[in-house]
Amino acid sequence: MLKKRIIPCLDIKEGRTVKGVNFIDIRDAGDPVELAKRYVKDGADELVFLDITATIEKRKTLVLLVERIAREINIPFTVGGGINSLEDARAVIIAGADKVSINSSAVKNPELIRNIAMEFGSQCVVVAIDSNFENGMHRVYVNGGRIPTERNTLDWAQQAEKLGAGEILLTSMNKDGTKSGFDIDLLSLVGNALNIPVIASGGAGTKTHFTEVFRQTRASAALAASIFHFAEIPVPELKKYLLNNNIAVRL
Amino acid sequence: MIAIIKYNAGNIASVKNALDRLGYPCIVTDCESDILNADKVIFPGVGEASSAMQYLQKRNMDVLIRSLKQPVLGICLGQQLMCAHSEEGDVDCLNIFDARVRKFPPEDIVPHMGWNNLQQTRGQLFSEIRGDEDYYFVHSYYCELSEETVAVCDYILPFSAAMQKDNFNAVQFHPEKSAASGTKLLLNFLQL
Repeated sequence: MLKKRIIPCLDIKEGRTVKGVNFIDIRDAGDPVELAKRYVKDGADELVFLDITATIEKRKTLVLLVERIAREINIPFTVGGGINSLEDARAVIIAGADKVSINSSAVKNPELIRNIAMEFGSQCVVVAIDSNFENGMHRVYVNGGRIPTERNTLDWAQQAEKLGAGEILLTSMNKDGTKSGFDIDLLSLVGNALNIPVIASGGAGTKTHFTEVFRQTRASAALAASIFHFAEIPVPELKKYLLNNNIAVRL
Repeated sequence: MIAIIKYNAGNIASVKNALDRLGYPCIVTDCESDILNADKVIFPGVGEASSAMQYLQKRNMDVLIRSLKQPVLGICLGQQLMCAHSEEGDVDCLNIFDARVRKFPPEDIVPHMGWNNLQQTRGQLFSEIRGDEDYYFVHSYYCELSEETVAVCDYILPFSAAMQKDNFNAVQFHPEKSAASGTKLLLNFLQL
């Protein structure tokens, strides 16, 4: 049976992981490669690296980091954050990333989805959507959730699928950071309308939130950051819990 | 020396990285003599079947691959290209395995993406590997079951997760991305 995927997300700034991490058994928690290796050992199914560096030197640093990750890690990983063009995508894919995640740049230029998919295949293209429910509408936001657009989340997700997206990484802004559970309404709405995998993101706070999202929606995977980084819910413990609750996961 | 066949289907770097981690010298090459003289040959690939076949035929690499006598391992698109025909671009392939490649019916989410377990594993590739280990798959087309099937995976329908005929081995999943279980399988191939 195809397993539900658990995906830790690592924020990267200037080649280093941000946000405090308190794994006691790694020497340098600021080193994305060390942290990633720890997650692999813990049984993470995939990793997402989100680059939040704002400097011009960004791409060079990121490409060097991606090469290091690819040499060390034997599970699939996605790189996102500031991939604005086919050239940007090409640089990180050639450096060894299995997938690129695009967000604002895809909203500004939807053809970017098609262009990356044509060159590297749909399986390489993750379209990340930040969605906020307001005035009765699921609205797409860009620039890290700072700027509202006129787009409706469901329409945009369906358009992205048609253009060749291989997966949708769907973050609920209403739920993100609240630790009150995934956005079941949003994930059901989008998941039921698409035939490509949807990754649930935003709101994970307890182990039961993961059983809820996998039982009540078609989400193929769930992504979280802080609960894994701060070891509030270690990946092995979460997976054991899911298995005991009849959710198929890889142990 | 292990030769990794270079052609217009990427992510070949991840296979090279995996062999480097295991300490096996390898080259990524499209040079005929390098490939013929290699101890083992890996035929990887992520991409589209008909354009990959065109590329191989133009360079006579289809004939070369079929003629290989040393152990060969096809991965993902590599396995599909080793079959008789693919629905992806309606193209005749290398015809090493007597099976056709079909598109998954849209009865569930496609691509089949993520970790899935195998059934009915047999042969040297799976030597001393538990029969129900999970491996990482990502594909929208599948190889039908055939006489050459040495592992079955079930998604929407049962399909060939691994195939073997004489010196030709192939897997639909990505051993280079399948953590410890994938590493064990690669080592089994490297020790053939």
